Amino acid sequence: MGKYTIRRLLTAIPTILVISFIIFAVVDLSPSDPTGNLPLTIPPEVRQKIREALGADDPFAVKYVKWLQQFFISEPLNFLETTLGITFPGSEDRVRVISWATRGPVIDIIAERLPQTLWVVGSSYFLGVLIAVPVGVYSAYRQYSIFDQVGTFAMMVGFSVPTFFTGLMFIVIFSVNLKWFPSVYDTTLVVTDIESLQQQLRQMFMPVTVLTLYTTAQMSRYTRASTLDNLQQDYIRTARSKGLTERTVVTRHAVRNSLIPVVTLIALQIPGIFAGALITEQIFRVNGIGQYLIIAIQGGDLPTVQTVTFIFAVLVVIFNIVADVLYGILDPRVTYS
Amino acid sequence: MKKFTVLLIALLALASFTGIGVAQDGDTVNILFWQAASSLNPYLSGGTKELEAASLVIEPLVRYDPDGVMVPWLVNEVPTVANGGVSEDLTTITWNLRDDIVWSDGSAFTAHDVVFTGEYCMHPEGGCSTLSQFDGVESLEAVDDHTVKITFTGPKPFPYGPFVGYFTPILQKAQFANCMGVASQECTEQNFAPIGTGPFMVEDFRPNDVVTYVRNPNYRVEGQPSFDRAVFKGGGDAESAARAVLETGEADYAWNLQISPAVLSAMEGAGQGTVVVAFATNVERLMVNHTNPDPALGENRSVWMADGSNGHPFLQVDAIWMAMSKAIDRNVIAEQLYGAGGIATCNILPGPPIYASTNNDDCLVQDIDAANAMLDEAGVMDSDGDGIREYMGTPLHVSYQTSTNAVRQSTQALIKQWWSEIGIETELRNIDAAVFFGGDVASPDTYAKFYTDIEMYTNGSNGTDPETYMGNWRTTEITSPATGWLGSNVSRWYNEDYDALLDQMSQTGVLEERASLAIQMNDLLVQTGAMIPLVYRGSVSAHHNSVNGIAMNAWDAELWNVAEWTRS
Repeated sequence: MGKYTIRRLLTAIPTILVISFIIFAVVDLSPSDPTGNLPLTIPPEVRQKIREALGADDPFAVKYVKWLQQFFISEPLNFLETTLGITFPGSEDRVRVISWATRGPVIDIIAERLPQTLWVVGSSYFLGVLIAVPVGVYSAYRQYSIFDQVGTFAMMVGFSVPTFFTGLMFIVIFSVNLKWFPSVYDTTLVVTDIESLQQQLRQMFMPVTVLTLYTTAQMSRYTRASTLDNLQQDYIRTARSKGLTERTVVTRHAVRNSLIPVVTLIALQIPGIFAGALITEQIFRVNGIGQYLIIAIQGGDLPTVQTVTFIFAVLVVIFNIVADVLYGILDPRVTYS
Repeated sequence: MKKFTVLLIALLALASFTGIGVAQDGDTVNILFWQAASSLNPYLSGGTKELEAASLVIEPLVRYDPDGVMVPWLVNEVPTVANGGVSEDLTTITWNLRDDIVWSDGSAFTAHDVVFTGEYCMHPEGGCSTLSQFDGVESLEAVDDHTVKITFTGPKPFPYGPFVGYFTPILQKAQFANCMGVASQECTEQNFAPIGTGPFMVEDFRPNDVVTYVRNPNYRVEGQPSFDRAVFKGGGDAESAARAVLETGEADYAWNLQISPAVLSAMEGAGQGTVVVAFATNVERLMVNHTNPDPALGENRSVWMADGSNGHPFLQVDAIWMAMSKAIDRNVIAEQLYGAGGIATCNILPGPPIYASTNNDDCLVQDIDAANAMLDEAGVMDSDGDGIREYMGTPLHVSYQTSTNAVRQSTQALIKQWWSEIGIETELRNIDAAVFFGGDVASPDTYAKFYTDIEMYTNGSNGTDPETYMGNWRTTEITSPATGWLGSNVSRWYNEDYDALLDQMSQTGVLEERASLAIQMNDLLVQTGAMIPLVYRGSVSAHHNSVNGIAMNAWDAELWNVAEWTRS
């Protein structure tokens, strides 16, 4: 197992490098321009100068090597310096990954935005799993019961109604009419006492609910299908004929085995939390990583798009390995030696 | 786990009963910009959102009021030839700074800061986005601590480019001294929190998200601003921004609400807030390609030739572009699609009032029959019976591009319909704004390359004086591959008389004469088919009714007088 993990981690390095190159090439080849969104009153010659100052017109190879150096050398060194409080030689001249739109270090902005993304997307994911697993198991156990029918219907709705619709509906109902929850998310809010916690929960309610609805729908369908499969198995009949209680048969035998594919699915979707939820963040002005990526794409901000998508790609690769390893641990039939 | 869930539900229930307490604190003004500010240094970004966000903190020497009149801000008076501030030969301007102004850190505001700001922007490697405001500046000089003298390379009839209006606010020399040229890109700390003379100071800036400001204790006017704090929140979309001000009252001010007029007036009907509009010079127009965009021409596609050999196959024919203009109902477009933010216009320079021509107003009335008659008379007939007219054997097939935007696509659909009624077939295209307005020379879809027959976008003058704007149609400004498609004459329209008028304007200092020249140029442009103006566009914003003192301004920052805002 250990050997396998190490081997996977080592092969991930060239994969990640290739990914970084492909992302960079795609973003660079796309015909967007960092000065494209500026007012037309700024004359073309001035735009040209802005692009030159940014280095946007440098050859592809130069830009790519620059980014590699900034991301893999400058950023880690800078991280070490700020966390350990030491200074490496040449720290004055070191250039970090600088966004073309904000002229600020991309990593700092990501770090600044991570909390709200994790709060909103993370908690909705957590809640989603919390609800989806019992609902899915019970639906499967009582297949075709009223609970199953209603659950299936609700999950179908949750799955097929887009978040931009539910989000808007929530705003109209809860913000405009009932005035219960704010429609503008305050990212500067710091939770220090009960009152600010209340405020945080209140502003999280709508985006989290919208996202939870979607996650729950997806997860519970998986759980239901997998539990149904297992309930048909011979070992369940064996367990029952041994005289075990229904409760033990379901929770200890069926559910445990059914959760194997679900756990993998959960692990594979964790990188998605970091990527944020593009639409929901936009609707409620959560301004997390998803919204940052969208703005950067629209603004032709190559260093930002490259860095954010690359971090996302790394997370996907890592969690794929985690999922594979988890699979080996959970399912004794799978061996990697 | 159960306990946790119960706790969570209990907390949510508790939270929901206490009502919304976000905005309306009485001492914070909440400003909502659905495009978030990415920097607070307007010299490095140039977008309206950054200019607005910075306008609370840093200020120019002179601001424009809502009527486009210059108001002394950090100076004693506006220099003119009459008061001796501008030299007789129009080559220098001397500013006398107020001596009672201090920066928010308490240090004195001096002429050296002003000179520094000019040098900062004019640095060749800085990539300053408002560089064109400094066109023709030869040198800046601090005569003494409160006198700045700007010398121009030649006569400058309108010397109010540098330091007038929100494009060129003054930066503090002490703060930005090490940020000149290439270094400007890495001065994150300075760019995110400039020290200013304005009513507010930056407390916290989160790029592309939110700016929080606190009152500047050293602000020059006693008792202003009346708000202790200001929050400039970004993100979301225009419609939800309007809703937050007009329906939920969560924000006090929302910017740039270009949404369906029906939706906006319904929201305003809720009675919580007011929609405000201001007009400057922006005109949504159809650019008419005067060169041949036929892909078969290869490298010569849409390239202007001085001998006129690569002209458009039919759009330079007066009857055709005139009929196309006549077939458009500008009032329908303005009222249905732009609402309060649009007025039908036949001019390319519709404001300020003294510059607005009245010679072209007959285009305001749509007349399909007259348009058809015009084409018939010119012999542009449908000879093969396919419903499309031909000019010298070329069918009138028009490709028409613009940026992707709901209002623009609706305009396209209307115009396509009207043109089909006069026997012109239209092919519509829309391109993502960042690509369309971008400068990627490899892309065939930029507005500057103009590889179609017609394209539509908005442009306007960068201030009250139209000289720079009218200069966009100079022959030397024609975009071509030789200049990397840089240039602002994208119609590739060429007229010697026009260039002569421009030269004359650059020598004329008297306002009335300048106005008359501007009107002549405007008329020449629209009467020879350089472009077809459609809608005079204003800025649309909304404020909550509890905030007083808002004076919507299209000539300067909308937030120009935020110091005077109060809460009732």
